[in-house]
Amino acid sequence: MTLRQAQAPVGPGGGQPTTDPHGEVTVERVELSAELAGGEGRAASADVAEYALWLGDDALILSQQLGAWIARAPELEEDVALANIALDLLGHARSFLRYAGTYDDRSEDDLAYWRDEPEFRSAWLFEQPNGDFAQTIARQLAASVYLFELYTALQGSSDVTLAAIAAKAVKEVEYHRDHAVQWTLRLAGGTDESRRRMIRAVGDVWPYVAELFRDEPLIDRLDGVAVRPSTLQPAFDAVIAAVFAEAELEFPTGPTSSAGGRNGHHFSTLGFLLAEMQVLARQHPGATW
Amino acid sequence: MVMLRQAQRPVGAARQPVGAARQPAGTQRPVAADAATRRAWQAAASVLDPEVPVLTIEDLGVLRDVQVVADESGEARRVTVTITPTYSGCPAMDAIRDDVMLALTAAGFDDVDVRLVLAPAWTTDWMTDAGKRKLVDYGIAPPNGRAAVAGPIRVQLSVRCPRCGSLDTRELARFGSTSCKALYECRACLEPFDHFKVH
Repeated sequence: MTLRQAQAPVGPGGGQPTTDPHGEVTVERVELSAELAGGEGRAASADVAEYALWLGDDALILSQQLGAWIARAPELEEDVALANIALDLLGHARSFLRYAGTYDDRSEDDLAYWRDEPEFRSAWLFEQPNGDFAQTIARQLAASVYLFELYTALQGSSDVTLAAIAAKAVKEVEYHRDHAVQWTLRLAGGTDESRRRMIRAVGDVWPYVAELFRDEPLIDRLDGVAVRPSTLQPAFDAVIAAVFAEAELEFPTGPTSSAGGRNGHHFSTLGFLLAEMQVLARQHPGATW
Repeated sequence: MVMLRQAQRPVGAARQPVGAARQPAGTQRPVAADAATRRAWQAAASVLDPEVPVLTIEDLGVLRDVQVVADESGEARRVTVTITPTYSGCPAMDAIRDDVMLALTAAGFDDVDVRLVLAPAWTTDWMTDAGKRKLVDYGIAPPNGRAAVAGPIRVQLSVRCPRCGSLDTRELARFGSTSCKALYECRACLEPFDHFKVH
């Protein structure tokens, strides 16, 4: 692989000259909002970009975590399944981050590799460690049921770009949800050991579910554009209740985490995850391959 | 039995561009009024999917729209090709974009713009019958149902083995070698094979 160093920074067309946050780097500007159907070339507003970061970061962090399972899953089919799910999530993240970047002329790579921990907006559920396979499945169950309800509702957003990304993503998240439900039933109804681990995993993950349904002030400013998180909780609870009933699992009754991902306060794992995810891009700024 | 709600397709009609070749919802090739657009469509339609190199992007339904705009002298020059990804994370899209560029440049169009759209979201219902036949010949079972009629109860039709034609097959894994495929095995000839998921 040869690495080509960028010759000169390229500023946004016709805009103010920008101070490049990472030296001599060529950022290939992608007019994504013009590319997405109905986007009509409109850039995201500050608030819409912030909301797109919420969604993009959730998908990006979960994708990065699932990638760590490749070659380590309990069976070959599961290596393939988790890799496929990670790839779908990365696709969703790229779409949301590109759209977020239209607000201040940052590329998807700028947002993924050149922001530091406090600038990320992911919720703590997605930052929970992989743990054992049961813990990953418990996290997948909560994440995919939530994302399915979120994207189903977001298809009706008045923001055509967000609606288009959601319509595409919801079909894919449906497979992810199916996968997580099947494994939850299998582990909870399997051996004594798999059941013990599944019960423990649900208890470990569930304190971080509440954050997903918290209505931040940003939501009040995005009426009709964003989905109000609290409205998703009844459908989420109904699906989870059905799965838990069949798996003979109890709803955990422990305390919920105060969390704070939407405000840049993160779980202790995120710094380590970002260090690994960002190290190559930061060692070779501007490299293309 | 856990009953899960199916993804609903949103209601909304795509806007029709004026004077262009647009892949119809069906599976026949659109007919453009002018020769330049027909030539441009044919050039774009010749691009193969790098991951299933027997299928063209037209067969797949990835090629959505070709528009040709004349310059001042009346020469048909500027071409805008619209493609849509099969799955959000499909890594073939960048290669397809480059290949479309090359194909149109080779066909004599020097100003080519390839646009990626997400809406309306791609579905296997757009795959052509020719494409499905090519898949079988290649050893991949084609989509065997219509995504548009997926209701609250999904009927899992038997998937026909592309090698021996048996319907005695079973799904080994929902996720396969690419986003769009699942892994099956045939219980008659005992061979594994890929199935292009109804999506």
